[in-house]
Amino acid sequence: MIPLIEEEVVNRHKWVAKEEMLDLIAIAQSCPGVFAINIAIFIGYKLRKVRGALATSFGTALPSFLIILAIAIFFSAFKDNPVIAAMFRGIRPAVVALIAVPTFRMAQRAKIGWTNCWIPLVSALLIWLLGVSPIYIILVAGLAGYLYGMYIKPTES
Amino acid sequence: MIFLDLFFTFFKIGLFGFGGGYGMLSLIQHETVERAHWLSTAEFTDIVAISQMTPGPIGINSATYCGYTAVHNAEYGTLMSVLGSATATFALVLPSLILMILISKLFIRYMKTQPVQSVFAGLRPAVVGLLAAATLLLCNAENFSTPTVNPWQFFISTALFIATAFGTGYLRINPIRMICYAAFAGLVLLY
Repeated sequence: MIPLIEEEVVNRHKWVAKEEMLDLIAIAQSCPGVFAINIAIFIGYKLRKVRGALATSFGTALPSFLIILAIAIFFSAFKDNPVIAAMFRGIRPAVVALIAVPTFRMAQRAKIGWTNCWIPLVSALLIWLLGVSPIYIILVAGLAGYLYGMYIKPTES
Repeated sequence: MIFLDLFFTFFKIGLFGFGGGYGMLSLIQHETVERAHWLSTAEFTDIVAISQMTPGPIGINSATYCGYTAVHNAEYGTLMSVLGSATATFALVLPSLILMILISKLFIRYMKTQPVQSVFAGLRPAVVGLLAAATLLLCNAENFSTPTVNPWQFFISTALFIATAFGTGYLRINPIRMICYAAFAGLVLLY
């Protein structure tokens, strides 16, 4: 998605300079929410303030919304068809694997090693076994990251 | 009132959905399947499959679909279900709209500072845990059956899980193509 957005926004329309775009991408990725929507809002706001942000976010969401809606309406009529049902019995375990694989990729990117692997392990077990809301995990992790970065990390080096 | 509940639920998901589309899936699953019981695990898995095969951000796709299915499962008609999907999608985008405008307007120069970056650094390992939890919660009888209920389906499901993990993780086969293979396998072996 990033190359597509860069091509349109930086090269074709020249709305944002290349360096600023890299900054905006970094912020949009670390903020909550859908990345494509976040970057669209940044660019819309930069060009035409709130009205621009409304236009770009609406424009980014609309194609997905319409396509999924069409599929949802269509699929709800055929869900109980034995052929479709059999196909989805095969698809479901494959989809679970498609979520398992990025877990490991993300672990590599987050530099998970022996010293910090307890964080994802404890988070996952709290959610999986005790039914803790992921939102609490996010809140605690953000706060802990802040405290660690401000008070503990400076004393380590 | 399901529409109000949908709105607040997806607003929360939009506000705390760190870590891209996959990180968000864990929140959507917890809220719609575990907490509100709007969808079954199997329905949620189907939605993820379709969201992955359709162009566009997986977060928007799955919110739209979950909103539709939640209202549809509550015995409303098609028109109300469309309204449900619009509610969920709008509620998911709204926190982004507020946050990104605030950042553009006021906070952009603070984003690279130590305190903000420390918060993001703390979130990264936790998001890995969120994704792991989503995977574990999806490994249940609805998606895999069990060795006692249906040993054949359990065996085939496990094989498809391993094949897809190996195919996309190691051989770098396109996930959409892998889903198509799995659908074909399901049709032939699990009909």
